[in-house]
Amino acid sequence: MKPRVAVHKFSSCDGCQLAFINAGEALLQLATLVDIVHFAEAGYADEEAVVDIAFVEGSISTPQELERIRTIRANSKTLITIGACATSGGIQALRNMHDTQQWVEGVYAQPEVIALLADSTPISERVKVDFELWGCPVNATQLFAVVRSLLSGVTPLLEQETVCQECKRAQTVCVMVSRGEPCLGPVTRGGCGALCPAVGRDCYACFGAAPQANTAALAEQFAAQGLAPEAIARRFLFINSHSEPFHSEGKKWQGEGK
Amino acid sequence: MSERREVTIKVPLLTRVEGEGALELRIREGAIAALQLRIFEPPRLFEKFLEGRGHEEVLDIVARICGICPVAYQMSASHAIESILGVQPGPWVREMRRLFYCGEWLESHALHIHLLAAPDFIGFKSAIEMAAHHPAEVKRGLRLQALGNKILRTLGGRSVHPVGVRIGGFTHAPSRESMAELLQECREALPEAAALVRWLATLELPDDEQRFVSVALHHPDEYPLNEGRLRASDGLDIGIEQFHDYFRESHVAHSTALHAHYFPGGWAEEKVGVPYLVGPLARLNLNFAQLPQAVRDNLATTGVRFPSRNMFHSVIARAVEIHFALLEAIRILENYAPSDTPAVGVTPRAGVGYGCTEAPRGILWHRYELDGAGKVVVATIIPPTSQNQARIEADLKSSLEQLGLERSDDEIRLHGEKVIRNYDPCISCATHFLRLKVERD
Repeated sequence: MKPRVAVHKFSSCDGCQLAFINAGEALLQLATLVDIVHFAEAGYADEEAVVDIAFVEGSISTPQELERIRTIRANSKTLITIGACATSGGIQALRNMHDTQQWVEGVYAQPEVIALLADSTPISERVKVDFELWGCPVNATQLFAVVRSLLSGVTPLLEQETVCQECKRAQTVCVMVSRGEPCLGPVTRGGCGALCPAVGRDCYACFGAAPQANTAALAEQFAAQGLAPEAIARRFLFINSHSEPFHSEGKKWQGEGK
Repeated sequence: MSERREVTIKVPLLTRVEGEGALELRIREGAIAALQLRIFEPPRLFEKFLEGRGHEEVLDIVARICGICPVAYQMSASHAIESILGVQPGPWVREMRRLFYCGEWLESHALHIHLLAAPDFIGFKSAIEMAAHHPAEVKRGLRLQALGNKILRTLGGRSVHPVGVRIGGFTHAPSRESMAELLQECREALPEAAALVRWLATLELPDDEQRFVSVALHHPDEYPLNEGRLRASDGLDIGIEQFHDYFRESHVAHSTALHAHYFPGGWAEEKVGVPYLVGPLARLNLNFAQLPQAVRDNLATTGVRFPSRNMFHSVIARAVEIHFALLEAIRILENYAPSDTPAVGVTPRAGVGYGCTEAPRGILWHRYELDGAGKVVVATIIPPTSQNQARIEADLKSSLEQLGLERSDDEIRLHGEKVIRNYDPCISCATHFLRLKVERD
């Protein structure tokens, strides 16, 4: 019997499931290798189905989402988060550092009718997660590598090196050394192919922190290059603001600025 | 309508749309008693966390509103912020932005036609099922989608949340070689795009003439992408900064989403607004004459005419725009030369600016207020699906009544879903969408 697969969406932009939708013929091929039972955007709706592999996009930000993820966890043998929202809370976790209620009141005429949890959180803060794919967005290479590993009964190998290492191997001219750009490549998890330096700009850490990232040293370097404390804070408190060590590093410099 | 029955039809999770929504319909004694397109995409509050951010961070933030049309968000924001900073990026950047946008139209339209809409018209649950019976058509669609993504990658580094744009232009100029390769692929795809238009015209689309107001950008010299004045099919012709004088969003209690309405006599003068349509059909209805001759000639062979009041011509309008986007991409690529200054420098200053561009799903309106350091003070973002929301509900009422409410629940549900999907609603654009729990006495 073919493995049963589901793709679930929570608070997100839909961009990570596009790694499937944009895969072209690989998507058609995937459908021959597995049984896709739930994937709303692709036309499959059986949210409570019992599956072998559940891919989860998006963060948990409402009481309903919290209920849903618990059911999905109970129904899924392997649960894999795809992307920054599901893995770290995402860009919408920026609200966690503010009074969400006040923000809602600032945007909506009837704030009392909006049910939001106090924080936008990664899936792993709510249920057990088996594998986490970082990236805003994840790409097809990451996604299909995991699918292939699981189909072959092999534990997926996840990215451990930094963007900086990928960038050096690609022999891209360093944007920090040559132009003084506040590049986050030295502390950011690889997997994107060091895209930003390749197009001539600084990495902004959309793949989250690399294992053992030395954010303190990099932040000091930014300061030495003349970046204001408040701007250093904003570098770390961005796409993955809710995850460590970015959260603490950002908060430290935010405090400095006041 | 003599049949007396009360039925409630619920589609708890709409499939083949971007984001999460549901349809609820109550029919009482042969008439629609209640109809709601429910949006339960949680609000992510983008407008709030833009506040305090530097103008140089805005493009990376707003891209995250929508994975399917990030370029549209980046373009509307670029124009708005550049207008505040008094920057004119020049002809090279202007052309590259048009090319970039063509890539997004190609990707988004091809995705919608083949993966989301076409299964409805041919009778399949999904494109994956459809591919087993119509492999040539589905694969052609996937190729066009992939080509759009390749244009996006060439200029933006990646197709979802591109990294190659900045205020003032682009971070880099692609090499001649990479652009020559794109040109070659666009030329090869051109006959496929023309064939796609002709194929869709042979499908049995429902004949559903409706009265509605079309709203789109209009530019005297070209088919609109990044620039133009706002026009409506009733004769309105305004600058984009006047948008809020005629269009307003409101928080209506019976619905789960903010609805935008058009006030033809001006917001200040009128109490009740009307629904309006944005997107490919509205654009084509207002800009047919701006299309290249080759696009109009190909369409003429099909017998389908624009302007059109048949909402289901939206899917053909999308294909026509794919044909246009390819021709436009070819024109730009044929004249390509790398620039030494892919972006102009900017200096922060305070002010208010507006941006309105044609996202694949229709006009995307932004307003920003920056302080003297170039940081965002206030941001307002009005996505196209929020504007189509009221129109979709009006359409559902009229199409389901035309279909016949005596039909079986399954038929009504299927047709309702088809009507909604036809608008290509992008529910993830959750700046303004919310789950609304209505308390009733």
